[in-house]
Amino acid sequence: MLETIVLLFALAGLVLYTVLAGADFGAGLWQLVSGPGGRGRAIRDHAHHAIAPVWEANHVWLIFVLTVAWTAFPEVVGSLASTLTVPLSLAALGIIFRGLAYALQAATDVPHERRVIDATFAVSSILTPYMLGAAVGAIASQRVPVGNAAGDLVTSWVNPTSILTGCLAVTVGAFLAAVYLAADAARLGELDLQRAFRMRALLAGVVAGAVALAGLPVLAHDARHAYHGLTSGYGLAAVVVSGLAGLGTLALVWSSRFQLARISAAVAVTAIIAGWAAAQRPTVLPGLTLHDAAAPRATLIAVIVAVVAGGLILAPSLGLLFRLVLTGGFDASARPAAQPASRTPRYGGTGIGSARLALACLVAGFLLLTVLDNGVAHGFGVVALLAAATLTFRAVGPADLEEAIAPPRRPSG
Amino acid sequence: MLSVALSDSAPVQQSYLLQARQMQALSFMVHIPLVCFGIAFPALVLYVEWRYLRTGDEVYRTLARRWTKVLVTLFAAGVVTGTILSFEMALLWPNFTSTFGGVFGLGFAIEGFSFFLEAIFIGIYVYGWDRLSPRAHFLAGLPIAVAGVLGSVMVISVNGWMNHPEGFRLVGGRVTDVNPWRALFGNSYFWHELVHMYLAGYMVTGFLVAGAYAIGKLRGRWGRYERIALAVPLTAAAVAAPVQVLVGDWAARTVAHDQPVKLAALEGLGHTTRGAPIHLLGWYTDGRVDYGIEIPRLLSFLAFHSTNATVQGLNTVPAGDVPPVNVVRIAFQLMVGIGTLLALLSLVFLLVRWRRGGLPGTPWFYRALALAGPASVVALIAGWVTTEVGRQPWVVYRIMRTDNAVTGASGIPVSYAALAAAYVVLVGAVAWALRRLAGRPMPSGV
Ligand code: HDD
Ligand code: HEM
Ligand code: HEM
Repeated sequence: MLETIVLLFALAGLVLYTVLAGADFGAGLWQLVSGPGGRGRAIRDHAHHAIAPVWEANHVWLIFVLTVAWTAFPEVVGSLASTLTVPLSLAALGIIFRGLAYALQAATDVPHERRVIDATFAVSSILTPYMLGAAVGAIASQRVPVGNAAGDLVTSWVNPTSILTGCLAVTVGAFLAAVYLAADAARLGELDLQRAFRMRALLAGVVAGAVALAGLPVLAHDARHAYHGLTSGYGLAAVVVSGLAGLGTLALVWSSRFQLARISAAVAVTAIIAGWAAAQRPTVLPGLTLHDAAAPRATLIAVIVAVVAGGLILAPSLGLLFRLVLTGGFDASARPAAQPASRTPRYGGTGIGSARLALACLVAGFLLLTVLDNGVAHGFGVVALLAAATLTFRAVGPADLEEAIAPPRRPSG
Repeated sequence: MLSVALSDSAPVQQSYLLQARQMQALSFMVHIPLVCFGIAFPALVLYVEWRYLRTGDEVYRTLARRWTKVLVTLFAAGVVTGTILSFEMALLWPNFTSTFGGVFGLGFAIEGFSFFLEAIFIGIYVYGWDRLSPRAHFLAGLPIAVAGVLGSVMVISVNGWMNHPEGFRLVGGRVTDVNPWRALFGNSYFWHELVHMYLAGYMVTGFLVAGAYAIGKLRGRWGRYERIALAVPLTAAAVAAPVQVLVGDWAARTVAHDQPVKLAALEGLGHTTRGAPIHLLGWYTDGRVDYGIEIPRLLSFLAFHSTNATVQGLNTVPAGDVPPVNVVRIAFQLMVGIGTLLALLSLVFLLVRWRRGGLPGTPWFYRALALAGPASVVALIAGWVTTEVGRQPWVVYRIMRTDNAVTGASGIPVSYAALAAAYVVLVGAVAWALRRLAGRPMPSGV
C-alpha cells in the first residue's frame, strides 16, 4: 500500500518530467532543424526564450524521480544503474552539455559562437531523451535482472524495444515542444512563428503516432509481457486514451486552438506512461515485485511525509513561475517596473555599537564552543559565533566603505 | 541478491575501483566549489539589492544585476555537475545505494525539493528584473538564498551519516528498524560539517569575487562601483575566516571522538600515545613522521583538552583498515595552513577598517587578496579530501567497505575519460562565459 503511493509519486514525477522537460528537449531538436538565415534565427530564439526561465525547474523533476526511486526502491535503482550504465552515462553526458549551453547563452551574441552553442544544445537534446527512453525499453522488455551489473551491458539497451522507446521519447518531445511553442507564438502575436510551429506540431504528431503504432508488432515480438499488459485491462484503456488524446491534439492544432492542444498533448503522454506502468505489473524487474523491492516501512512513510510537505511549498511556487511564463509576464513587451521612490541615501550609522556586541559574542562563542566540551554548549557557541560574524559585517558596513576612504583618484589609463 | 554484499562478504569483482573512486572525487571537485556560490552568492546579491531599495542609488542596482548574470551561469553549472553526482551515486556505487538508499535517501529527496525552490525562484528573479516591482523582485530572491542553504544541509546530513552511521540495524545484510530522520538529522557528526561547510561557502565565494576585483584594481580599474563590489564579498569572507578556525578545531575534536583512526591519520600517529605531539609538515613512513617539526603534547591538548590524554594510534586497527595516511595528512595540513593565513589576512582587513576607517591602501593587500580566492578553493577541496579519504576504506564507516559498494559493470575507464573530458570543456566554457560577462561595458551613468 505505502509502496504504491510512493510509486505513484515517482510516476507523477516522471510524467511531469516528460511533459515539461521532454518539451524542452524537443525544442532543442527544432533548433537543430531550424534552417539557415534570419528565419532560422527567429525560430531558434523563440525556442530559447520560451524555455530559458523554466528549464532548470523542469529538469529538477528528473532529480526528484531519481531520489525518490533510490530512497524507496533502492534495489531497483542499484540493478538498473549497474546494468544500464552505458545509456545512463550517455544521458548524463547529454545533460552536461545541454546545461552548459544554457549557461553560455547569456554570455554571447556573436553569431558564430552562438552557432556552436546552439548545435551543442541541439545534439545533446536528442541524445539525452533517446538514452532515457532506451532505458525504459530495457525495463519494459525485462532485460534488467536483479543484481549488480547482472544484465548484458550492450543488448540490454541496444534491442528492438529500446530503439523503439528511444525514438518515441525523441519524437514525443518534439511534438510537445511544437505544440507549446505554437501556443507561445500565438500569445505573442507572432503569426509567422505560429504558422511554422503549427506545421511542425502536425508533422511531429503524425510521426510520433506512427512510431507508437509501429511499436505494437515490435513489442509483440520482443517484449511479450509488456505487449500483453498493453493489450488488456488498464494497459489497453491507457493506450486507447493516449490514442484519442493524440488525435484530439492534432485536430486542435489543425484548428489553431493551441491552449487546449497543450493540455490534450500532455494527457496523451501521461496515458503512455500510465499504460507502461500498468503493463509492467506486478513485477518491477523480473521476479522482483513492487512489495519486495520497497524500502522498510519507516522510510516509505518518511518519503511520503517529505513529498507532501515539500509539495505544499512547491505547488504555489511552481504556479507562480508558470503563471508568469504563460501569461507573458516575462515577455519583452511586459510593463517595465516602477522605479523605487528615490530616498535620500542613508550611509553609515552602524559603527561602534555593533563592533562591541560582536566582540562580546566572539568571546562567548569561544568559551562555549572551544573551551567547553558539551553538545548543548557547542550549539549556543555556534550561534554566538555566527552572530559575531554578522555583527562584524554590519560594523564594517561594506556598502558604504567607499565614502570613508575615497583615496585620491589616480589618473586612469 | 544485491543487498547481501556487505562488509564481511567478498568484494565486488571490479579491477577499476581506484578509477571509480577518482571519478567520484573528480566530480566532487568540480561540483563543490560551484556549490559554494549557491550557498553564499544569493545572500550577497540580495544584500546589494537591499541597499538599492534603501537608498535608490543606481550603482547598487547595476551591481546586483551584473552579479545576477554570474549567479545564473554558475547555477547552471552547479545543476549540471550535481545531476552527474546523482547519477554517479547509483552508477558507481549501486550496492551502496541499494543497501542503504532506504536510510539516507530521504536527505536527497528533501534536497530535491530545495533545488526545485531554487530553480523556480532563480527563473523568476533573473527574468523578472524589469518586470516585477523592486520590492517583489527582492522578495523573489529570498527563497533562492534559503534553498541554497537547505540543499547543502541535506547533502551534508548524508555525508554525516556515512561518517557516523546510525538510525538502523543490519540483519542478514538487509537494513531494518530504519529511522531515517534520526539517521540524518539526529546525528552527532552532522553539525560541525554543516557549520564548517557553510562558512567555507562564504569564504570561497567572498574571496573569489573580491579577488577578481582586486586584480581589476591592480590593473587600474578602481571606481566607486568596483570598491563596493570588492568590499561586500571581502567583508563577508573576512568575518567568516576567523570563525572558521574555531569551527575547524571543533570539527577536529569531533573527529577525535567519533573517528579516532581518521584523527590518527590526520596527524600521522602510528602508535597509541599518551601526551601525543603534533608534527608540522614532514612525511609519514613506518608508523612515524619524518622531517616534521614536533610540538610536544599539543595533539592531546587540542583533541582532548589535556596534555596527558591518550590518543589512539593507527596500530589499533588492521593494516587493511588504515586510510592512505600521507594523502589525508597533507590535505589536512594544507587546509589548516591556508585557513590560518586567510584568517590573518582577514584580521588585517578588519584592523585597517577599524583603525583607518577604510580599505587598505597597499597593493600588497590586493595581491594577497587575488591569491586568497584560489587558496580558499584549495582549502575547501583539501578539507573534503581529509573527510572522505580519511574515511577510507569504508564508504559507510565501519559498516560497508568501498570495494563492496562499487559497481560490477565494466567500462569504468571509458566513462572516466569521457567525464574528465566533459569537465575540462565545462570548466573552460564557464571560465570563458565569466570573462565575457566581466568584459561587458557598464551602463552609462555609473
Ligand atoms: C575554505 C575552506 C576551509 C578552511 C579555511 C578550513 N576548512 Fe576544514 N574543511 C573544509 C573547509 C575548510 C571542508 C568544507 O572542505 C570540510 C570537509 C568536510 C567538512 O565538514 O568540511 C573540512 C573538514 C575538516 C575536518 C574534517 C572533518 C570531518 O572529517 O568530519 C577538520 C578536522 C577540519 N576541517 C579542520 C579545520 C581547521 C582546524 C581549520 C583551520 C585552520 C580548517 N579546517 C579550515
Ligand atoms: C553518498 C554517497 C557517497 C559515496 C558512495 C562516496 C564515496 C566516495 C569515494 C569512494 C571517494 C573516493 C575516495 C578516494 O579517492 O580514496 C569519495 C571522495 C570524495 N567524496 Fe564521497 N561519497 C559519497 C558522498 C559524499 C558526499 C555527500 C560528499 C560531500 C558532501 C562527498 C565528498 C567527497 C569528496 C570531496 C571526495 C574527494 C576526495 C578525494 O579527492 O579523493 N562524498 N567519495
Ligand atoms: C559538499 C557537498 C554538496 C553540497 C554542499 C551541495 C549543495 C548543492 C547546492 C547548493 C546546489 C544548488 C546549485 C547551485 O546553487 O549551484 C547543488 C546542486 C546540485 N547538487 Fe549538490 N551539493 C553537494 C554534493 C552533492 C552530491 C553528493 C550530490 C549527489 C548525490 C549532489 C547533487 C546535486 C544536484 C542534483 C544538484 C542540481 C540541482 C538542480 O537541478 O537544481 N550534490 N548542490
